[in-house]
Amino acid sequence: MNELVFFINNVVIAGSVTGSIYAIGAIGVTLIFSIMRFAHFAHADMMTFGAFMVLLLTTAFPAAGASIGVPTALVMLPLAMLLTAALAVGVDKAFYKPLRAHGVKPIVMVIGSLGVTLMLQGLIRLFAGTSGQSLYVDDRKEIFRIALPFEGVRAPIVITEPQIYLFVITLVAVVALHLFLNRSRLGKAMRAMSDNPELAQASGINTNTIVAVTWVIAGGLAAIAGTLLSLDVTFKPDLSFFLLLPIFAAAIVGGVGHPYGAIAGGFVVGFAETLAVFNWSVLLRPFRDSFPAWLELPSNLAFVGTEYKIVVPFFILVAILVWRPTGLFKGKVI
Amino acid sequence: MNQSTKTRNPDYTPQDATPERRFPLRELVLFGALLAAILAVYAVMGAAYSTRMLVEAACYAILALGLTIQWGYAGQFNAGVMGFVALGGFCAMLFSVPVNDAFWGTELPSELGRVLLYGVAATLVVVAATKLDRLGVPKKLRTLIAIVLAVVLYLVVISLLRDVTSQIQSQAGFVGGFGLPAWVGWIVGGALAGGVGYFIGHICLGLRSDYLAIATLGIAEIIKAFLKNSDWLTRGTATVSPLPWPTPGPSELGFTLARAVYLSVTAVVIAVIFFLLHRAYHAPWGRMVRAIRDNEVSSAAMGKDINKRRLEIFVLGCILMGLGGGMLGTFNSLFDPQGYLPLNHTFLVLVMVILGGPGNNLGTIFGAVAVYIIWIMSEPLALAVMHMAVFIGEGWFGWEPPRNLESRALQARVFVIGLLITLVLRFAPKGLLPEKIKTHG
Repeated sequence: MNELVFFINNVVIAGSVTGSIYAIGAIGVTLIFSIMRFAHFAHADMMTFGAFMVLLLTTAFPAAGASIGVPTALVMLPLAMLLTAALAVGVDKAFYKPLRAHGVKPIVMVIGSLGVTLMLQGLIRLFAGTSGQSLYVDDRKEIFRIALPFEGVRAPIVITEPQIYLFVITLVAVVALHLFLNRSRLGKAMRAMSDNPELAQASGINTNTIVAVTWVIAGGLAAIAGTLLSLDVTFKPDLSFFLLLPIFAAAIVGGVGHPYGAIAGGFVVGFAETLAVFNWSVLLRPFRDSFPAWLELPSNLAFVGTEYKIVVPFFILVAILVWRPTGLFKGKVI
Repeated sequence: MNQSTKTRNPDYTPQDATPERRFPLRELVLFGALLAAILAVYAVMGAAYSTRMLVEAACYAILALGLTIQWGYAGQFNAGVMGFVALGGFCAMLFSVPVNDAFWGTELPSELGRVLLYGVAATLVVVAATKLDRLGVPKKLRTLIAIVLAVVLYLVVISLLRDVTSQIQSQAGFVGGFGLPAWVGWIVGGALAGGVGYFIGHICLGLRSDYLAIATLGIAEIIKAFLKNSDWLTRGTATVSPLPWPTPGPSELGFTLARAVYLSVTAVVIAVIFFLLHRAYHAPWGRMVRAIRDNEVSSAAMGKDINKRRLEIFVLGCILMGLGGGMLGTFNSLFDPQGYLPLNHTFLVLVMVILGGPGNNLGTIFGAVAVYIIWIMSEPLALAVMHMAVFIGEGWFGWEPPRNLESRALQARVFVIGLLITLVLRFAPKGLLPEKIKTHG
């Protein structure tokens, strides 16, 4: 049973955490993809930017959260979302819009977004330095240990406070996005534009508004993902290229331009990562006695070491591109 | 690459089709300015330093030529130049470093060979399992068998490999090299990079152009992670040095002369590549490639095999990157997997190409040398600006500067490179020396 608890701690919880973060990131990427038809490489740095804004605000007002009983970083999150959304809209106005007006190929937009990613990276590292920092400035990270009511179970299930917030906020964000896309006028217009931009424009939808709304949503979601990731571990300014691959893999697995697919893809990639680095010999150890004598179990039976984690999303990406390039849920744009 | 609308001359006759040779004023001015900049660097920084800069610029020019083939000729965006450069550097290291007797003198090589053979055998078994449906096994069952076999065999082989590699690490340090001349490593590096490029290109080139960028970005990080963590093969973060040069080293000739000899080797390589590319560009093959870039549908309608041509171009570019990476690695005389950074080895090359002129080989070489000079000179410049800011800040406002100022100042260069990319794309999408497109009339 201890092994099972170990499994829950290291795979179920860890996988849900990474999965949620990838899912929120991938929703943003896939929305941008479906409206503007290019892979937005600056997304990971928008996440970092959002987390950095939270860090700045938290350092400025460290005691704001204590009065309500939540971490200060969470209180600052809506403000950071606004700031990141403003950044996203501004970046679009300054850099992407002229390129779009020029009628360039999508791949040129991709290169433009790489330029933006470098600029953001440079600015963030210039101000934040290159080392990791904790978002818990004044408050303490709560850790809950839930002991299981079974005989012989010594190890408790460990879950931290930010992880619980992460699950709650992910759920809220997904439900809100669902309601927005299906119930509101703007959301419906967005879906129409992702289906057929010309037709949407001809039927009186203001495409400029839709583009701006897309950036606001993508920026807000990026701020959420970045902040929750930094709350769970620490704020690191140089994560961007390691986050990009899993997020893109998640978006492509789910079918590009498909927000619900992106959620599923995020969890697929997140769980695949944790399953691949999990040491399976821990689970097999209780059955050691029933193995034949010639079979000696190696102590490390993980698929890849943690240092090769990035191989997993790449492998998933390659597999999906080979077997089903439209994604699991049939993306619209390919 | 926007298609400019060309106004068609109504008095067009076929005789007009031969392009008149215009005086290459732009080229002369730009290269004159470049020469002046190089001479200025020689005057200020001294001959040894400047020659080193030129050799590195020449190696970067090979990388830039590789990227200009992919991006300029064919419109493929490779966001993982760093990975191919690192592969080239790794091969240069592996082939040229002296033989490590602590490894080859023991039974470890045969152990390693045995595990690798197991790996090959396991792959064959899995491949055979995927063909089971030809023997009448239902397809679903075949897939299940193949996947289970692959997982189990992979786990077995990988745990055997872990044992052997940790033994190598503890007993011999690392595998060591083959003690061959460095140019063998360069060629193998090019071939290896081409092989990886084939793998990626084969998967991605038929799909949206963005997917290639995503996949190359990923493979570059994977190659770096592999080289960084495989201590038994590369010594990882402990780095390998010195790497022997194919030319007489600084101990025999002195720094300036030895670097000048190395520079002439790279110059010859560039000249050969340039000549071959020039021929290929003006050959029917080059026309076909450009036709595919400019209008895919019409060239497909003409019966051209688009995906095959694309794959050729992509692999060719990767080979050049591997070769350039090998030459760069040997010149630095140090193999440090952590020294390969996306900024220095991917985006710098990208700036060289889009600033110099994608699709124009001369422009690419100009861009490579010019951007590299600016890049090298920007490091002391950034620090100087930063120190001035600190001086002013401390003196006037009593601001206390953070301690890791040097590493932060260098981040300003990241910003500048990014700004440069976006500005060039917006205001000079064809670069300083645009590709010369022959137009009729």
